[in-house]
This record gives sequence, C-alpha cells and structure tokens, in this order.
Amino acid sequence: MNPPRSETLPLRSDEDLVRVRQAVRAWMVEQNFNLVEQTKMVTAASELGRNALVYGGGGSARLESPVDGGHGGIRVTFEDHGPGIADIAQALSNGFSTGGGLGLGLGGAKRLVKDFEIFSEPGQGTRVIITIRK
Amino acid sequence: MERIPILLVGEFLLVSIQVDLHDRLALALQDDLTTEVVKVRAKGVLIDISSLEIVDSFIGRVLGNIAALTAMLGANAVVVGMRPAVAITIVELGLDLSCLRTAINVDQGMAMLRLLLRPVASQGSDESAEK
Ligand SMILES: Nc1ncnc2c1ncn2[C@@H]1O[C@H](COP(=O)(O)OP(=O)(O)OP(=O)(O)O)[C@@H](O)[C@H]1O
Ligand SMILES: [Mg+2]
Repeated sequence: MNPPRSETLPLRSDEDLVRVRQAVRAWMVEQNFNLVEQTKMVTAASELGRNALVYGGGGSARLESPVDGGHGGIRVTFEDHGPGIADIAQALSNGFSTGGGLGLGLGGAKRLVKDFEIFSEPGQGTRVIITIRK
Repeated sequence: MERIPILLVGEFLLVSIQVDLHDRLALALQDDLTTEVVKVRAKGVLIDISSLEIVDSFIGRVLGNIAALTAMLGANAVVVGMRPAVAITIVELGLDLSCLRTAINVDQGMAMLRLLLRPVASQGSDESAEK
C-alpha cells in the first residue's frame, strides 16, 4: 500500500490549469486507472479548475490519496475565495452560464465523476471535491 | 507566447496539436487559423487532435468556432484523430460536437477535404467525369 500523500497546486493562470491536469493524470496512471477513467477525471478537473480560475479569481487544487483510509483512490479539492454561487442547482444545470460559456463545466464534471460534492456560500468562495475510489 | 505551427499542404492548412493546449494557446490557434485561411486562400483546414489527451468544454468550443469561422470564409474544416476515450468523455460531459466534420486520421481527412472540393455534379457515382 502506498503511503498517504497530498499535493497542493496553485490555480492562477492557464499554465497552472495545465499543470493540474498533468498532476491528476500522473496520479491516475500511477494507480492503474484505465484510459477512460483517466480521461474523465482529468476532464472534470479541467472544468473545475477553470471555473476556480475564471469565476473564483484563482484558487488551488489539492490532490490526496488514499481516500477514506482505503488502499488507494484519488480525491481532488478545488477551492477559491471568489464570489461563490448563490444557486447551486441552477449553476449545475446544463446551459447555465454567467460567463458566456456553454454552461457545461459544472454539471458535466458531476456526470463524469459521480462522487462529486460542492460547497459554496455567496461572498465566501467555492469548494468542489471529486473522488475516484479504487 | 508559443504558437501552434500551421502548415500549408497544397491548398489546405494542416495543424497537428502536439502540446498541452492551454486556453490562451487554443484561442491563439483560432485567430491564427482564421487569418491564415484568408491569407493563403486555403480551401480547407485539417486539425489533427490525435495527441490531445482531453477535449473539455473550452477546447470543444474553440474547435466549433474554428469550423464555423472557416465555413464563413469559404473553406472546410475537418478534425481528425480523436481518441476513443476522449470521444466517450465528450458525450458524458454533454458537449455536442456534431457540427464538426471528423475523420479517423490525416489521410482520410485529406481525402474528405479533396472530395468536398469536387463540383457537385461530379460527386457520387459518376466517376467517369473526373477521369
Ligand atoms: N468557482 C466558481 N465561483 C463562482 N461561480 C461559479 C464557479 N463555478 C461556476 N460558477 C457559476 O456557475 C456557472 C456554470 O458553470 P459551468 O462551469 O457549468 O459553465 P461555464 O463555466 O459558464 O461554461 P463552460 O464551463 O461550459 O465553459 C458559471 O457561469 C458561474 O456563474
Ligand atoms: Mg465552466
């Protein structure tokens, strides 16, 4: 069994977002998740990281393994201290965007990674946690 | 900033995305391709994404923009080489890329671009008109 570890990466630029995608990919590969699982997790991370960057004014992504005292699995927590989301259900619905996007990122990330939690408070910021278990 | 190289092959522009595509770079490619289509009067654009490990909502939107812009400028766009895992993920994400013309690889994409250039009358079963 691998020793517990974690890594926190900043999300302040487009390049940071690429580094977060690369880190999630590397952890997924290390734990032998298959190509489709890898691609879904990295794509979800890309959506959530971009939201933290664009709407949250920047933030961080924290990778952790193992999850819940198990033998493996990966948890990624995206955190920002931006304006937060007043209506989470609306933000999750397809096609809702305040930024001229497709409005797919948040709902799409939840479809890609079923274990999805979101916490947001107007004026406090947003935290989204995605987890894949072994 | 680095740029993704655009090659002119005959009357077509060819782009192979070999780097981790960050958002500004994707937008720069969109601008560069649009400018280049006009500059060299390209009849088609082929984008090879076989090295792309993900297509998320942003990259998907840029690919759609490129297709729409090239169409407006009288050229065709074909996206080739999408990985199966990427295709599966796109569908689950909810991204609709049905507006994109796609092909399996560069060869087939090129063949498609050439076919699209043939006058309507000579398309289909009438092969003799071309020979
Ligand atoms: N971290 C965040 N902080 C504040 N608001 C957010 C955050 N993430 C999402 N939102 C809000 O939720 C909306 C929906 O987000 P979602 O990612 O689904 O779509 P989008 O980013 O607008 O477009 P797309 O992701 O398809 O390019 C955003 O337009 C924004 O208003
Ligand atoms: Mg988004």
